[in-house]
Amino acid sequence: MSNVVIQCVLYLVILVALGIPLGKYMGKVMNGEKVFLSKVLSPVEHGIYKLLHIDKDEDMTWKKYAVCTVVFSVIGFIFLLVMCLGQGILPLNPEKFGGQSWHLAFNTTSSFVTNTNWQAYSAENPSGGLSYFTQMLGLNVQNFVSAATGIAVLFALIRGFLRVKKKGLGNFYTDMTKIVLYILLPICLISAVVLVSQGVPQTFREYEEVDLLEPVTLEDGTVVTKEVIPLGPAASQIAIKQAGTNGGGFWGVNSAHPFENPTPLSNMFEMILLLLIPVGLCFTFGRNIKDMRQGRAIFIAMFLMLVVALGIVAFNEQAGTPKLAQNGAVDIAAGADQAGGNMEGKETRFGIATSSAWAAFTTAASNGSVNSMHDSYTPIGGMIPMLLMMLGEVVFGGTGCGLYGMIGFAILTVFIAGLMVGRTPEYLGKKIEPFEMKMAVLVCLATPIGILIGSGLACLLPATADSLNNPGAHGLSEVLYAYSSAGGNNGSAFAGFNANTPFLNVSIGLVMLFVRFLPMLATLAIAGSLVQKKKVAVSAGTLPTHNAMFIFLLVFIVLLVGALSFFPALALGPIAEFFQMIA
Amino acid sequence: MKTLKAVVPRMLVFFILLMVITGLVYPLVVTGISKVFFNDKATGSIIEIDGKKYGSSLLAQEFTSDDYLWGRIMNLDTGTYQNEEGETLAYSWASNKTPAGEELESMIAERVEKIRRANPDREGEAIPVDLVTSSGSGLDPHISPAAAEYQIPRIAKARGITEDELRAVIDRYTDGKFLGIFGEKRVNVLEVNLALDGILK
Repeated sequence: MSNVVIQCVLYLVILVALGIPLGKYMGKVMNGEKVFLSKVLSPVEHGIYKLLHIDKDEDMTWKKYAVCTVVFSVIGFIFLLVMCLGQGILPLNPEKFGGQSWHLAFNTTSSFVTNTNWQAYSAENPSGGLSYFTQMLGLNVQNFVSAATGIAVLFALIRGFLRVKKKGLGNFYTDMTKIVLYILLPICLISAVVLVSQGVPQTFREYEEVDLLEPVTLEDGTVVTKEVIPLGPAASQIAIKQAGTNGGGFWGVNSAHPFENPTPLSNMFEMILLLLIPVGLCFTFGRNIKDMRQGRAIFIAMFLMLVVALGIVAFNEQAGTPKLAQNGAVDIAAGADQAGGNMEGKETRFGIATSSAWAAFTTAASNGSVNSMHDSYTPIGGMIPMLLMMLGEVVFGGTGCGLYGMIGFAILTVFIAGLMVGRTPEYLGKKIEPFEMKMAVLVCLATPIGILIGSGLACLLPATADSLNNPGAHGLSEVLYAYSSAGGNNGSAFAGFNANTPFLNVSIGLVMLFVRFLPMLATLAIAGSLVQKKKVAVSAGTLPTHNAMFIFLLVFIVLLVGALSFFPALALGPIAEFFQMIA
Repeated sequence: MKTLKAVVPRMLVFFILLMVITGLVYPLVVTGISKVFFNDKATGSIIEIDGKKYGSSLLAQEFTSDDYLWGRIMNLDTGTYQNEEGETLAYSWASNKTPAGEELESMIAERVEKIRRANPDREGEAIPVDLVTSSGSGLDPHISPAAAEYQIPRIAKARGITEDELRAVIDRYTDGKFLGIFGEKRVNVLEVNLALDGILK
C-alpha cells in the first residue's frame, strides 16, 4: 500500500507545484502583460490581427461574445462533420477508411466540438475509423479550439467580476489567439516531443504488418502468422488531448495503448498535463480578480474532493475482488515484484497506483482519456469516476468550463447561505440577484438533467440491452456511465458498452451539445449582468468566500446536488453490484 | 442578425487560420523534430534485425508454447484486419469485463487450470494476478517480474538451460520504475522470447 500512497501523493505534489506558476503565467498572458515568450509570439499574434482586420481594442458585450462563441463552434462543427463523412475522398488516408455513418459522424463531431471526446468509434478500426487527415485537421484542431473556447469564456466571466459599471467583457478573437499561441501550443510542442522520445509514433506511414514470432492457431484451425501495427501522427494529438482536457484517444483504447503511453515517464507527463491547466486556472482566477484568497479557496474545495476520490479508487482497486482471488489460487497481494490488486483492464507498467490516479484525475478534469479500462474496475472503484462526472465536472473540470461551473456553484452557495442568515447574497463584491441566480441554476442543473433524461430514455429502449457487455447491475452502470460521461463533457467510457447505434449516437450527441452550450451561454449572461453592477464594499454583513467555512459549504452544496440527483441511480448500478459481490 | 452577418465571414477566416496553425503547422513541426531525433521511436519501435521485422517492442504477441515466456491474456481480434493478399492480421482489444462478475470468474478459473497444468513445478503456489487477467489495451507487452519468475522452471526445462541463465535473460529485459518511484517494474515478453531464440542479442 505504501507504494500506492507515495506515488499518488507525489503526483498531486507535482501537479500543484507546476500549476501555481502556470496559473500566474496564464493570468499575465490574458491581461496582455509581457511574458518570456512575448518576443517570439507577439509578432505572430499581431500579424494575425492585421491579416484578419481584427480591432484588438474592441470590447465585446456579452451578447456579441456569445454570438462569436456560438458561430465559431458552428463553423468548427461543419468542418469536422464534412471530414468525418467525406474522409474517403480526402488525402492522408493510407488505410483507405471510408466515411463514418451519419449518426456516428454526428456523434463524433458533437463530441469533439464540445470538448467531450466521447468515442463511439475506434480510430484504427476500419469500420468507423478515422484517417490521418480527419484526426489531424479535424479532431486535433477541435482539441485546441474547444479547450480555448472554454478558457475564453472563463476570462469573460472574470472580467465580469472585475469591471465596474461597464458593458464589455473582452475580445473573443484576441482571447482565443492568445490562449492558442501562448498557452496551448508551447505546452503541446514540448510534451509531444517528450512523448515521441518515449516511443509514441509520429509518422504518416501506413500501418505496418509483421510476422508473429509464434503463429497463433485459432479454434477453427486457421493459423494466423501476422499482426498489424497501427501508426499515425499520434504524439502531437496526444499532447493536446491531454492538455486541453479533451481526452479522445488516437487509438481505440486510448492512453492504455502502449503506443499512446509507452512508459511510466510518458504516463506522468500525460497525467499531469490533463489536470495542469484546470489547476493553474484556479490560481489565475485569484490573481486576475486581485484576491488570491478567492482562487485558493476554490482550489482547496476542488483539491479536497479529488484527494478523497483518489483515495477511494486506489484502495478498492488494490483490494481487488474475491472473483479475482479464486480462493487463493491467484496471488493479488501487492509486493516488490508485482502490483497485485485488480489487474483486469490495467497495464503492467502502470499497476494500481498509476492507473487509479489517472482514473481520478481524468474524471475530475473533464478529460476522459484512460490508461486502464474503467469498465473493469471494482464496483466502488468504478463508481467514483462516474460520480466525479455526475457532479458536473467541477472538481477542476475542463479547461475553463470546470472553473466557471464551480463559480456557478459558488453563486448558488452564497445564495443559499444568504437565505439562511437573511443577508443579500454577494460574491466577489458583486450583488447576486434573481437573474444571476436563474442563470447559475442553469449552469448547475444542466448536467443532472442531461444525464438522467438521457440514461432514463436509453433504459426504456429494449435495444439498449444489446449494447451491454456485462449483465445485471454492471450493465446499468454501463448505460449510466455513458450518459454521465456525455453529461459531464468528459468522454471516458465503460468501454465494453457498444455506443455505436443510431439512437445512442444521436442521444449522446445531443446531451453533449446541451451540457456544453447551455452552461456556457448562462455563464456569459451572468458575466454580462455582473459587469454592469457597481462594486459593493465589504462590510460586517458580507459572507467571506475565502475561509474554511465557505470551502466546506461549497463542497457540501456540490455533493448535495450530486447526491440528491444521482443516489437512486447509483444504488441500482455500482452499489447494487458491490453488495452482490460481497454477499 | 446584423451582428451575425458581420461576424460570420471573419470568423470563418479566423477558424481556417487556427486550423492551419494547430492542425497542420504544429503536427508537421513535431513530425520534423521526431524524424531528426527519434526516427525509430516515431515509426513504431519496430524490432528489425537483418532486414526482418519481428514486431514492435511495445506491442504484445501471444505465446502459448512451453519454451516461451507467456504474457498477459490477449483478446485476439482476427476478424478486423487483412492485408492486400487477404491474409488475416492479428490485433487485440480490452475485455471490459467486470471483476465482480461470474463471467470473468469462470474465465479466470479456466486460465488458472491451464497455467497450473503447464507449470507443474509451481504446484500449490498462487499465480501472479497479471498472468490470468487481460490488460487495458489487450496489447500490454509486459508482465510483472513475479509473473516471469513463476514461469522460469517450465521454460528452463523446455529449453534445457539453467534457471540462472534464463533469469539473466529476463533481467536484461526488465525495466525498473521511473526514478525508482513511478509506474511498476516490468518484463518485456517479446524481447525475452526473441533473446531466447537467439534473434535478439
